[in-house]
Amino acid sequence: MSMQTLKEKKPEPQNETSIRISGAEAIIHCLLAEDVNLIYGYPGGAIMPVYDELYKFQDKLHHVLTRHEQGATHAAQGFARVTGNVGVAIATSGPGATNLVTGLADAQIDSTPMICITGQVPRHLLGSDAFQETDIIGISTPVTKWNYQITKAAEIPEIMAKAFYIAKSGRPGPVLIDITKNAQFEEFDFSYSRCIGVRSYKPSPKPDTAKIESAAELINNAKRPYIVFGHGVILGKAENQLQTLVEKAGIPSAWTILGLSAMDTDHPLNVGMVGMHGNYGPNVLTNECDVLIAIGMRFDDRVTGNLDTYAKQAKVIHFEIDPAEIDKNVKADIAVLGNAQESLDLLLPLIKENKHEAWHNKFKKCYEEEYNAVIKNDLYPTKEGLTMGEVIEEINLASENKAVIVTDVGQHQMIACRYAKFKQTKSNITSGGLGTMGFALPAAIGAKMGAMDREVVAIIGDGGYQMTIQELATIFQNKTPVKIVVLNNGHLGMVRQWQELFFESRYASTVMTNPDFVKIAEGYRIEAKRVKERKDLKPTIQEMMASKEPYFLEVCVENEDNVFPMIPSGASVSDIRLK
Amino acid sequence: MEKKWFTISVYAENNVGLLNRISGIFLKRHINIESLNVSKSEIEQVSKFTIVINTTEDWTRKIVAQIEKQIEVIKAFYHTDEETIYQESALFKIASHLLFDEPQIQNIISESKSKIVTVSREYFVLAKTGRRHEIDEMHDNLEPYGIMQFVRSGRITVSKAEMPITTLINEFYQS
Repeated sequence: MSMQTLKEKKPEPQNETSIRISGAEAIIHCLLAEDVNLIYGYPGGAIMPVYDELYKFQDKLHHVLTRHEQGATHAAQGFARVTGNVGVAIATSGPGATNLVTGLADAQIDSTPMICITGQVPRHLLGSDAFQETDIIGISTPVTKWNYQITKAAEIPEIMAKAFYIAKSGRPGPVLIDITKNAQFEEFDFSYSRCIGVRSYKPSPKPDTAKIESAAELINNAKRPYIVFGHGVILGKAENQLQTLVEKAGIPSAWTILGLSAMDTDHPLNVGMVGMHGNYGPNVLTNECDVLIAIGMRFDDRVTGNLDTYAKQAKVIHFEIDPAEIDKNVKADIAVLGNAQESLDLLLPLIKENKHEAWHNKFKKCYEEEYNAVIKNDLYPTKEGLTMGEVIEEINLASENKAVIVTDVGQHQMIACRYAKFKQTKSNITSGGLGTMGFALPAAIGAKMGAMDREVVAIIGDGGYQMTIQELATIFQNKTPVKIVVLNNGHLGMVRQWQELFFESRYASTVMTNPDFVKIAEGYRIEAKRVKERKDLKPTIQEMMASKEPYFLEVCVENEDNVFPMIPSGASVSDIRLK
Repeated sequence: MEKKWFTISVYAENNVGLLNRISGIFLKRHINIESLNVSKSEIEQVSKFTIVINTTEDWTRKIVAQIEKQIEVIKAFYHTDEETIYQESALFKIASHLLFDEPQIQNIISESKSKIVTVSREYFVLAKTGRRHEIDEMHDNLEPYGIMQFVRSGRITVSKAEMPITTLINEFYQS
């Protein structure tokens, strides 16, 4: 029986005495024992015993009713990304469970710690095509770090402890626990102890000091070193170490969109964003550096463009926690396995102080070129129509670069990531790897609930907004003071841009006839404004930021603007186009 | 890179659903599993998956890394044919009258070094253990006379080099 083969390391039970309770109540106790006091979800038949316990425990464990299970997962993700803690979503069996799949896939590819709990038909009905039965274990396997079906109440404490351990350790990820209804009803003697290890799982390899020494030697002798940092810096809590390394060795540093906010965007050595719509210098100079230091990033194809022409001249040092990422896309000359903080702590004493001014100046020159060709027109346009860039700039000004920015997917996302300014880590919440339209609105709810003391601004396109628009009800019901900015260009902008550039402007199904978004927001009793002219932009954004309530702002932007620079699909980073 | 035969050995917890998780890794990369065998291993409560694929070494290495990443996988290795001792088993069910009607059948049995497992009035069953090509050869030789049923197992292997699984497991309990 699997319970005996889990081979967990068990600490001494924190609570020696066990209590006789139902499986459903045990779930609540497990969550409380893991310091969870906020979960997102949607009730239904197979999870009702747990909801009954949630009712009894509502003073200790707050449940937020989203309007769709997908919204629950993205809210849990937003919460997890802004706090670093595990986000929890709960749903019923069948359609409730399948609606979690997109969020699971998103959390999996963006390494987000999340636990999804699903109800399941009673054990004796498993496999019988019972009402609302679906094989969620089979369905969720490829999009979870781990999943497990509990069919007996006695399994609950051990499996829940393991779920939390797995979700948050090493490279974090989503875990789904499916619980049959009989296991929720069954009574058993409950006691809980946190999981401290699983024998088949090595979450955080110890960095190899010999490799650290070789890495330090390469960095110290480099003439044109270049750092690209990703989500691993944030997940590994290595922001300070990164900054110390950058400053000590004088290395220009760029970020992937999930690495954004790990380092102050105004830091002089922060040279910007890599990738398809990243900055000009960070892309072209990837192919001129002599040592490429990748920290907590995975060389996604949107970052590297054509791998055959990616940084071929450079020695590559890869700091990475997940062994499966080593040499997956880019061959590393030195691969340092381990948590970014631990690895950089070992590296820093070996690093010599340096300045690479001539090399850094190359980035500055590239920036000037990009500024004149692109940035100036994006942020300070002289044409009549509003640009997405100027909206982001006004948000920067009104928030003093202190807001949490949550973005959806598409043109507005690229523009927001390019231009949003951050002083504080864990402040850029976006769907990077999966590119999930509909992510932002529910993720902003979770982000706000995880950071009530901060302004949370969701920036969303008119397309993605309508994928999870029903979560306006969640915002209203919970009075969650998120600021929602829809950049309406009447199109699925990014696809339209590709159609314009690569499909001879055949706009197949990318033109949107939109509803009156202001009326919709007002229908949900959320204060709402629309801006069509530049003169109204600044005051309305200031009004929005000053509001203590949820606030919806639609900005009608130019319909056929394109995002540049751009690396065409399959092209080299050095072939990035400025127009 | 050149495609070759690789045998992947996976040591894992014996848990429901793990086979699905492992096979999904091949599915995701559109790689066909040529042969699969799941059995107990030399370590108590640890299962061993033996998977044969035909692909490049680069892909094999990446697949093994993805397999090893699964929570319940303790360790995965890959080997070329030269690095392993490997065999398959096959059963042939043949009509009994052929033993008398076709004298050549007896030569095939003795030359193939196969064993007669059972004999009845209607049929007899031959068991053959060996390399794939030996089993294929025996199959080709018997086929003209009629094979009532044929089945071949997945490949099973042991590596020539040591696979330090026990040490890894012990390290876990000591650390």
